[in-house]
Amino acid sequence: MPSGILRLLTCGSVDDGKSTLIGRLLFETGSIAEDQLAALECDSTDAPDYALLLDGLQAEREQGITIDVAYRHFATPRRRFIVADTPGHIQYTRNMATGASTSDLALLLVDVRKGILTQTLRHAHIASLFGIRDIVFAVNKMDIVRYAEGNFREITDAFKRITEPLAFSNIHCVPVSALEGENLASPSERMKWYSGPPVLTILEGAEPRAADADKPFRMPVQSINRSGADFRGYSGTIVAGSVRPGQEIVISPSERKCRIDRIVTSDGDLPLARAGDAVTLTLSDQIDAGRGDVLADLESPPEISDQLRATLLWLDEDALLPGRAYEIKVGTRTTGASISDLRYAINVDTMEHVAARTLEANDIGVCNISLDRLVSFDPYEGSQETGSFILIDRYNKRTVAAGTIAFGLRRATNIVPQALDIDKSARARLKNQKPCVLWFTGLSGSGKSTIANRLESTLHNLGRHTQLLDGDNVRHGLNKDLGFTDADRVENIRRIAEVSKLFVEAGLVVLVSFISPFRSERDMARSLLDNDEFIEIFVDTPLELCEARDPKGLYKKARAGEIFNFTGLDSPYEAPLEPEIRIRTADTTPDEATDILVEHLRKQGVI
Amino acid sequence: MTDMTRTLAPHLRDLEAESIHIFREIAAETEKPVLLYSIGKDSAVLLHIAIKAFFPAKPPFPLLHVDTTWKFREMIAFRDRLVDMVGLDLIVHINQDGVDRGINPIEHGSAVHTDVMKTQALKQALDTHKFNAAFGGARRDEEKSRAKERVLSFRNGQHQWDPRNQRPELWSLFNCRLGPGESFRVFPLSNWTERDVWEYIDAEGIEVVPLYFAAKRPVVERDGRLIVVDDDRLPLLPEEKPVSRKVRFRTLGCYPLTGAIESDAASVRDILAELKDARFSERQGRAIDHDGAGSMELKKQEGYF
Repeated sequence: MPSGILRLLTCGSVDDGKSTLIGRLLFETGSIAEDQLAALECDSTDAPDYALLLDGLQAEREQGITIDVAYRHFATPRRRFIVADTPGHIQYTRNMATGASTSDLALLLVDVRKGILTQTLRHAHIASLFGIRDIVFAVNKMDIVRYAEGNFREITDAFKRITEPLAFSNIHCVPVSALEGENLASPSERMKWYSGPPVLTILEGAEPRAADADKPFRMPVQSINRSGADFRGYSGTIVAGSVRPGQEIVISPSERKCRIDRIVTSDGDLPLARAGDAVTLTLSDQIDAGRGDVLADLESPPEISDQLRATLLWLDEDALLPGRAYEIKVGTRTTGASISDLRYAINVDTMEHVAARTLEANDIGVCNISLDRLVSFDPYEGSQETGSFILIDRYNKRTVAAGTIAFGLRRATNIVPQALDIDKSARARLKNQKPCVLWFTGLSGSGKSTIANRLESTLHNLGRHTQLLDGDNVRHGLNKDLGFTDADRVENIRRIAEVSKLFVEAGLVVLVSFISPFRSERDMARSLLDNDEFIEIFVDTPLELCEARDPKGLYKKARAGEIFNFTGLDSPYEAPLEPEIRIRTADTTPDEATDILVEHLRKQGVI
Repeated sequence: MTDMTRTLAPHLRDLEAESIHIFREIAAETEKPVLLYSIGKDSAVLLHIAIKAFFPAKPPFPLLHVDTTWKFREMIAFRDRLVDMVGLDLIVHINQDGVDRGINPIEHGSAVHTDVMKTQALKQALDTHKFNAAFGGARRDEEKSRAKERVLSFRNGQHQWDPRNQRPELWSLFNCRLGPGESFRVFPLSNWTERDVWEYIDAEGIEVVPLYFAAKRPVVERDGRLIVVDDDRLPLLPEEKPVSRKVRFRTLGCYPLTGAIESDAASVRDILAELKDARFSERQGRAIDHDGAGSMELKKQEGYF
């Protein structure tokens, strides 16, 4: 970073004194204006409470904790700093991650009386995961132990030992008192036994993350700039390397070569642009590139894959569901993605790998991700901008995970879809029908199977080729290894969707009768097929009615506590928002329902 | 503007590039963005960078000014001249309902005036035009609740900010996805300081409202604040008599609510020199920050910028 601004974060467990330390550091460096100091004295009950300089939210001041990151600027004669003061409470780990993702250095605190806690190690892990290599490990509240060396060595030795598997290059251990300002801006007179530098001296000497100007050229395209009839430029921020007019580059992932024509800025064309510059490039050939593509060095282009090995930090209160369709944003490319294989989670206390079927909020795990299209990327180590990503929930739009890419899985490049001579339409023509999936969704006992059965008989009598997949039957065979947790329900539907797709390829009219409670998975099934091939039929029966019918006695068992995760009772059912057909069984008989469906299929040209 | 040897200081170049990146990213991913132009120095920088971000094309969004009808006359004149010069569409929105009810900062106080003529007015304008991303010039160094806000600040269907439940914001990967009725406030200048803004104005030769520069102005002193008498709408107390003093503004808001400071700084360089020794914070003169503890946060929760 040429400006020499050091971005750092404070982290560590709740109540270890992070906000107090930064407040005190701001005070010691003369960064607090007089009116703010006056307000502070007025807000504090006795001695000035420096944490109040950072805890800017009402709830934070009331509860005496930090909830979200505060960003503050301060400066010494030697350099400028932007500090992210992050919360220690586990519930707000996502906010700590927000601060860590843009920091060069972490100032990790522990309370000398409490020593290393799980949250201390979780924060160390996240800092390491996000590429922070410099750690100031500050053992705080030394004033309470009367500045005695005591167990300072024990704590710092343990920290170094436990974090050995992490990727820190420098761990500076400093005994401090944030409250009294000892060992912050100047060496402590009260801790002569410590001979190292105080915190501020370490911060002044720390290296920002390596500048990316010496790496191979990368510019993710943000947008196409069109002006007048002739001008067509590609706008973006150069995240690595440099570029000159005339230079030959490659557009990834299409791998087409072209030449840079001009580097356009409002201050005039540039002879050279390098990492950190926001520019608009024109190319000498008429090439089709767009948002999400990466303009890159010809000799060392980024990797390309649709299968990634990555480390995830799960941020959302809804747990990760392998197989569920999320959106992924890598650089400027957003596409669909799902976790195809959760390999393991990490126990932050022991750094051990543990088997896991899901990740809960604040968990860290390693997984394979399967993407809907090819993306260009670099391994995160050393390439933060092109190696990081976020996952977004398709429905509530929340950012559910932050991830770093380890490598692309070779499978993507080795498995090229085999083009077949006989295709879906050829097979369907022979059967004189248009293949499709009729997807029946609804609560247990809503009447899905009854209607699906009757419809299949009718179609069969009309001479159509069909295949009915019924939830209960498939769970005895193909899916007999799956239970009823959310994760297993997602995998259940994923397999059925893939099987349905194969049957559609075979030219059949497929009837699927599954509770399929989640919108995401039904949409995933829809996305596997062509536009008019997926017909969602919502068998809409009120819960009370299903429970009164209870054809298999399941509601009774669930109410008696013999079955768990029962849809409609202790597991959610997400009703379709816009199904192609909705059948209200309270006032529609199975025969009427069948007529409605046959009529719809005729109109659609299926039969 | 075709000077090839432009030498922007490295930290300003980094800040400018980051702001351009934010502009382009949000413009690419949201359907209907708008730039909230409030005439002050931060808006001047914001607009300057927006133009640079999309050059040689024009920024793909209009400007919106929420006019409380209590801005300094010089501000309005400056706005109209500038907008004319840059050739962008300007939407001026006034809360007509507030005008009809005669809401003003003098009789109703800063809290009511700000709520009706700024917060409600802003919400009306965004809803009317269905803007779902509004760029603003707020900086984290201005105020302690702003120090807590994301670059991309998510607002629900009622424009409310939930400071306890902000979206994580990682690297420069902005999650621009919105549900129906939801929107963003976007702050490209989040990481700038007041000093950066003035240094940039100096380096880029950006024109700002003359009220920022010291000049003799008619002033009355009220509750420790120096209020410039801009027109005859400010009722004077019996013992008050405007006196001519050399003052300038560090921030510009509605004139009865914004205190001036005594100063001799008549140029951008003078202001930078003055800032070096400044012992008071920028928003010290803003009445609305002092309506009660956490007052800025409350205003933001209600939908204020």
